[in-house]
Amino acid sequence: MEQTVTVFSGFSAQDLLFLGEAALRTLWISLLSIAIGSFLGGIFGWVLYESKNWGGILVNPVLDIFRSVPLIVQLVLFYNFAPIVGLNLDAFESGLVVLTMYTSALVANVARGGIESVGRSMRIASRSLGMSYWQDMRHVVFPIGTRAIFPSWVGVALGVMKDSALVSVLGYVELVKASQVLITRTQEPLLIILVVGAFYFVLSYPVSRYSAKLERRWSQ
Amino acid sequence: MIKVDGLHKYFDDLHVLRGIDLEVQKGEVLSVIGASGSGKSTLLYCVNGIEQIQEGSVYVDDVDVHAKTTDLNKLRQRLGMVFQQWNSFPHLTAMENVALAPQIVRGLTKEEAKDVAIKQLEHVGLGDKFDVFPNALSGGQQQRLAIARALAMDPQYMLFDEATSALDPELVGEVLDTMRVLAEEGMTMICVTHEMGFARDVSDRVAYFHEGIVEEIGPPDQIFAEPESEHTKKFLAKVR
Amino acid sequence: MFEYNFHWRPVFKSLPDLLEAALTTLQVASLAMTAGILLGFILAVSRMRETGLIYWFATTWVELARNTPALFQLFFFGFGLGALGFHLSPYLIVLAGLTFNTAGYLAENFRGGFEAIPSTQLRAARSLGMNPWQAYTRILIPQVMRIVYYPMTNQFVWVVLMSSLGMLVGYRELTGETQFFASKTYRIFEYFAVTAVIYYVMVKVILVLSKFCASRFFRY
Ligand SMILES: Nc1ncnc2c1ncn2[C@@H]1O[C@H](COP(=O)(O)OP(=O)(O)OP(=O)(O)O)[C@@H](O)[C@H]1O
Ligand SMILES: [Mg+2]
Repeated sequence: MEQTVTVFSGFSAQDLLFLGEAALRTLWISLLSIAIGSFLGGIFGWVLYESKNWGGILVNPVLDIFRSVPLIVQLVLFYNFAPIVGLNLDAFESGLVVLTMYTSALVANVARGGIESVGRSMRIASRSLGMSYWQDMRHVVFPIGTRAIFPSWVGVALGVMKDSALVSVLGYVELVKASQVLITRTQEPLLIILVVGAFYFVLSYPVSRYSAKLERRWSQ
Repeated sequence: MIKVDGLHKYFDDLHVLRGIDLEVQKGEVLSVIGASGSGKSTLLYCVNGIEQIQEGSVYVDDVDVHAKTTDLNKLRQRLGMVFQQWNSFPHLTAMENVALAPQIVRGLTKEEAKDVAIKQLEHVGLGDKFDVFPNALSGGQQQRLAIARALAMDPQYMLFDEATSALDPELVGEVLDTMRVLAEEGMTMICVTHEMGFARDVSDRVAYFHEGIVEEIGPPDQIFAEPESEHTKKFLAKVR
Repeated sequence: MFEYNFHWRPVFKSLPDLLEAALTTLQVASLAMTAGILLGFILAVSRMRETGLIYWFATTWVELARNTPALFQLFFFGFGLGALGFHLSPYLIVLAGLTFNTAGYLAENFRGGFEAIPSTQLRAARSLGMNPWQAYTRILIPQVMRIVYYPMTNQFVWVVLMSSLGMLVGYRELTGETQFFASKTYRIFEYFAVTAVIYYVMVKVILVLSKFCASRFFRY
């Protein structure tokens, strides 16, 4: 017993609270960017699908940047770019903008795939029933497409949640940054690292399992 | 000679083969007919050692298939097998499909294996398809490719498991013709089949399987014209 | 707005250093990818029989790799192992972290690949007298490779991007090197902008090369 007490001595309840707050910040920035990014990504995906011409020429290369440059570089770049164009953004706001765009670029690909998977023949069928373009989109493409892409979308969302750890480079005190601070102060790296790892794992593992289960059920 | 003696086979609690006795002589063609689930495929798998058995024995030319010391890979070279689903290897050309096993299993040189492949592909009527990949072949052609692939191992016996069941009706004929040629050449064959015409014309004997036993066995004339068992009669009435 | 004076000169002066660092990035990524393929393959095979110690070890590895942030995994190999008395160099931290992560993701890809091949293929190979080794190396694995080729390409791109985390553990791959120059000269935006371009080009080249190789490897 004494052994445990001395091992954990550097780590107080206060620190746990500090980690808890940081965890909430991780959740907050992830949820916001996943929500906004998915919405934008859906629109981009539709643009990519509908207008192969300028969508492919204008939209795709821009989205490609977000997929081809490390997130950490994107974050530093934007954080330092914003003041140049006169924007005064703090770490959270910069992180949110970049994570959102990053999410939307990933979702756009997934969404386009979803619309394609609904298939031309099914859409011709619904249009031949006299549905208008928007009715077809709303009642056929959207419900079937979202279901088809749901597992991939969950993958993207979980990825963004984990990648949000990188906003720490801007000084935003989310979970990983908080753990670094605590490690320096308490000299309890192993304990803190395990707590942080467990937090992500507990969030991500059940969701990914559930999504895999849904995917298997739907594919039957 | 293939000799099956008092063979019992279980899948867990399911008693699939319930005492099979069979002999297939050199040069003989035995057709196996019977309802779905009666254990026809399972019998073939027990003969070439893909499935384990629980009781009885299977001998192929005096080799005990299920003895621990038997080299199954060696034994299987003597037993060509063709499945219902044509299992062409999609990443290999027709030629490579046929030449691969002779090269790596029989130990032929590349050239020898190629010669064997050419011979067998021509044998099954695929002489113009050497460099074609399976996905560019029809189902019937792929099934003939599978036959050529098995023949290339220079087997003493051929086991066919419903080789035509998965084919479109118009493609069944070409595969049956290939099998017929083999029979005429004197190949020893066990053919599980739903093609009653083939069973009648080509086989020396026909075995009717019913729930894991050989209900009736004899020359085709006898089985088809004057079956003794009620089950056989019912089955034949249904498939006609 | 736009009162900022861009200074590109120092960046171009250190361009050779940056390009050399880009090679370092490619080198560590390739090494991690190679090790990841081998380990991922072993993990996938270890999970085929769903019992036993090996299965649980492999499953734990795969789930941890996939459900925690890569940055966390790097910290584990850094701080975490450090606390246990194993002090890895920054290079080894990056290599170990990337390999751990990649093996976990690829293991799932390989598993999917094996599942996608009908069991009748193995049966057909064995019925021709091939032994298990021949059946796997000549029949199954070539087909699995075909299925996992594009996922593997994506994973390699991902490894290249992920290696940028080296900056956070003091390894001077491309991002680390950029950070080093940027903090020396305070031209953060300029340096990171050029680095972003370098990454973009690297990723595009990888994708084009991969397409080219695919047309060579896969004849069907
Ligand atoms: N690997 C297996 N595990 C469990 N049960 C099996 C397995 N293979 C076959 N069976 C069962 O054994 C019985 C006999 O199967 P088998 O495939 O030999 O029948 P069959 O006569 O070939 O039928 P069909 O004409 O449909 O091919 C069936 O009830 C089947 O469900
Ligand atoms: Mg069968």
